[in-house]
Amino acid sequence: MPNLVDIRDLHFGYNERPILSGLNMQFPKGGVIAVMGGSGSGKTTVLRLIGGQIRAQSGGLAVDGQEVSGLNVSDLYAMRRRMGMLFQHGALFTDLTVFDNVAFPLRENTRLPETMIHDLVLMKLQAVGLSNAAALKPAQISGGMARRVALARAIALDPQLIMYDEPFAGLDPISMGVTANLIRKLNDALGSTSIVVSHDVHESFSIADYVYFLSQGKIVAHGTPSQMRESDDPYVKQFVNAEPDGPVPFHYPGKTIADQLGMKARG
Amino acid sequence: MNLILDLLAQLGATVRTRLEGLGAASRTFVTLIVASPSVFRRPRLVTDQIHFIGNYSLVIIAVSGLFVGFVLGLQGYYTLNKYGSEQALGLLVALSLIRELGPVVTALLFAGRAGTSLTAEIGLMKAGEQLAAMEMMAVDPMKRVLAPRFWAGVISMPVLAAIFSAVGVLGGYIVGVQLIGVDEGAFWSQMQAGVDVWADVLNGVIKSFVFGVAVTFIALYEGFCAAPTPEGVARATTRTVVIGSLMVLWLDFLLTALMFS
Repeated sequence: MPNLVDIRDLHFGYNERPILSGLNMQFPKGGVIAVMGGSGSGKTTVLRLIGGQIRAQSGGLAVDGQEVSGLNVSDLYAMRRRMGMLFQHGALFTDLTVFDNVAFPLRENTRLPETMIHDLVLMKLQAVGLSNAAALKPAQISGGMARRVALARAIALDPQLIMYDEPFAGLDPISMGVTANLIRKLNDALGSTSIVVSHDVHESFSIADYVYFLSQGKIVAHGTPSQMRESDDPYVKQFVNAEPDGPVPFHYPGKTIADQLGMKARG
Repeated sequence: MNLILDLLAQLGATVRTRLEGLGAASRTFVTLIVASPSVFRRPRLVTDQIHFIGNYSLVIIAVSGLFVGFVLGLQGYYTLNKYGSEQALGLLVALSLIRELGPVVTALLFAGRAGTSLTAEIGLMKAGEQLAAMEMMAVDPMKRVLAPRFWAGVISMPVLAAIFSAVGVLGGYIVGVQLIGVDEGAFWSQMQAGVDVWADVLNGVIKSFVFGVAVTFIALYEGFCAAPTPEGVARATTRTVVIGSLMVLWLDFLLTALMFS
């Protein structure tokens, strides 16, 4: 399969602080690719770079053959019309109803008549099981439902690429399973490519075709979920088995507790 | 020697930070103006915001205008009465309101009522990633969110100032004519003869338009640049009132000097 997103030797940082260094990643068309790693490993930054919200300092990042860093504003917006993104907490517009939230990208980016928008929105909401919640406001629905509404909004324009930023964070096990199932089914039904940024091992492995593990801005391991389960890499083992100590230390680096308490060795 | 160098370095850093802030604000203002034509292709976005910003500020503006009118009626009468000129009360009330108090007090109240609301709304939209989500949907928040609110504020301010002045004149009339007993004919005729449409009313409208631009922009900019945390939004809201109010008073001095010198 050709790659929809291609990242080559990419470097990014804020001022002197490097966030990503020497990143090489490929996201083949039609696949569900999980990008995993602990907090602060640079996972969300990868999504923001792909979406053109921030620009790489060096290296290449192409979406469907277009170098993102070389796009002007109108080309960038044209590219984003072919993308959908699910934010960590849904990022629904709190002053709009569920229906209007899903209709938002259609009203803003197309000239479809309102009757057609109505039908499309109900179909998208039906796909996530919430067509009966169309009239509710975001404050009236649960966190799991909000995530599904955001998913319906992300797929409103039938995007080529759907990016998910921590789609399972803060969800109960049922909602988590429902969301994971939807990500896989919608990806296959729409023929899209999905990038799932997550630290939830079970759900991500259950839907992903390929997994990248990031740590401190670098790829430490990659492969299929079954390869990752059997990996001998200490970081992957610690992450997959949820071990409290390992390459990612339990204690924040610095002085020992004896030094902090001012204790000196006797003798 | 080191102390002097440290002080100079601190001063330089402060000046540079202020200049950077001013530059960023100017750039945002230009971007907002450039984004504005799209707003007028979708006037509904502006009318919705006029309803939100203008209509909801109406009660506080009208009540404040009435009480300011009451006080002007009383104070004006006590002062004019000393010189036997109480017939000029209507003129005094009208000129005070149209030239100064209407635009200035309306802008100060607007900064407190609508300005804080705008800052908090934009700040919370930013904190809740709504603005980022909009960008990712290929919708420019500057065109969709900021520009409609900016023009709604700019349009609402002169209307609110006019309402403030009109209600204030009514307040002055109630106290001066109805309660104290100033001659009604003198009250209105002096006002009619003394208030000039171009020199007084138009200048008042220009002032309130300028205040509308300043206060609304400050409110939007503070919200847009707020740190996406509860503390950041709270600080931005406070800054809106402080900077907005000081800007109104400074601009009032500048405009008065230009218009009436």
